[in-house]
Amino acid sequence: MPARETIYARIVDLIGPLNKKAVPLAEDTSFSNDLEMDSLTVMDLVANIEDEWDIVLPLNMLPELETIGQVADAVAKLTK
Amino acid sequence: MIDLLDKFDAIAGERQAYLDAGGRDPVGVVMSKVLSPTRAVINGRETILMGTYNYMGMTFDPDVIAASEAAVRDFGAGTTGSRSLNGTYTSHRECEAALKDFYGTRHGMVFSTGYQANLGVVSTLAGRGDYVILDADSHASIYDGCSMGNADVVRFRHNSVEDLDKRLGRLPAEAGKLVVLEGVYSMLGDIAPLAEMVAVAKRHGAMILVDEAHAMGFFGEHGRGVTEAAGVEDQVDFIIGTFSKSVGTVGGFCVSNHPKFEALRLVCRPYVFTASLPPSIVASSAVSIRKLMHDTAKRARLWDSTRAMHAGLKARGFTLGTATAESAIIAVLMPDQATTLAMWQALLEHGVYVNFARPPATPTGTYLLRCSLCAEHTPEQIAAILRQFDAAAAAVGLRLAVAA
Ligand SMILES: Cc1ncc(COP(=O)(O)O)c(C=O)c1O
Repeated sequence: MPARETIYARIVDLIGPLNKKAVPLAEDTSFSNDLEMDSLTVMDLVANIEDEWDIVLPLNMLPELETIGQVADAVAKLTK
Repeated sequence: MIDLLDKFDAIAGERQAYLDAGGRDPVGVVMSKVLSPTRAVINGRETILMGTYNYMGMTFDPDVIAASEAAVRDFGAGTTGSRSLNGTYTSHRECEAALKDFYGTRHGMVFSTGYQANLGVVSTLAGRGDYVILDADSHASIYDGCSMGNADVVRFRHNSVEDLDKRLGRLPAEAGKLVVLEGVYSMLGDIAPLAEMVAVAKRHGAMILVDEAHAMGFFGEHGRGVTEAAGVEDQVDFIIGTFSKSVGTVGGFCVSNHPKFEALRLVCRPYVFTASLPPSIVASSAVSIRKLMHDTAKRARLWDSTRAMHAGLKARGFTLGTATAESAIIAVLMPDQATTLAMWQALLEHGVYVNFARPPATPTGTYLLRCSLCAEHTPEQIAAILRQFDAAAAAVGLRLAVAA
């Protein structure tokens, strides 16, 4: 059961290569509005997150995962 | 009042800027005359069509046209009703019979389009608590079927058997699972490793649906698709297809041997809540499907032309979606949107029509010019197209892998 901070830090790492405009990343950074990620990029990121923690993050959950913090919460819950 | 259309300003603005700079609209092509499956008049110019998915050239088949004319005369222009109410004529039944004979299945259900077939079948089969497991490069209609349904949706890396296995392994053993695959993937023209994927899906207790939209008519001994070519027909639970490509008309379908299949007619909303296809369409489709069962000479011509086109582009140094011609789709990979549009326009101005494709229809970051071959393309047309690709590449300064 990894700590929430560890999860958050690792998600930030995974976003790194996709953050083309070097937007500062924080808990409330939004994938669509701030990072301007298209749906394909978000889905590819989700695949990497699933593999990192060996979890299932179904695509239908994505509309509720708007910010980095929300994704970290979801991962924390799934790895409990 | 909030203008609900404001959210499209960015995409509309991008298009307008391109048009203002003198670009021709890649989604605004109008054909003023269609001369044959491979020739049409666009902007007053006779153009070779190399991006129509009209694989078997059935759009102008005399028997297909005769069936259409007879049906419109005898049964009228449209059915004005759902398949479930007043919209089923004998010709709809005959069309389903032709499909069952073509695929050798017990059941066949005709939808108004292939899009609706995927929308209906995917959303209905997998319900709350079930899982749909789909390839990352799946067609929009499959993704939309997932959005419409209540199942949990899991996506695996394109054509990766290993990734499919891993993701299936993470799901609860007792949950219902539907693995959705395509025989041919329409953006890059690559085929799925169906034998391996089907084995993995079965090992995890999943049901399997294969969309054969781009394979019907010329893969496998009977033209049933990649499923047949891979020898896994008896293990695939549902085949989805369309009449809008090899069949040369419009419509969609699902065929299956599942004993409970007919229940879908009662619960599939995109089947129930829309008007059925006009009699002319189902009658001509039935004739076309029956002809496709036997047209081995045409299949051979299609494969010959496809290989010639692929080899010709490769020899000229174009970067292609597949190393060899895996299907009748040949995708020319392009560096960026501006070069792709410029080259697309140069080809059109020299009488060659291909498809312009960009994300999100294509995999992340991919721009391409997509060619799809037709059994009616002549060697002279292929040679002319290759010449125009050379000229267009030179005109837009596209760097080729080797000197032409
Ligand atoms: C893989 C795939 N499935 C389904 C469809 C939809 O077919 P239709 O044109 O009949 O709606 C298409 C074509 O657009 C397709 O490429």
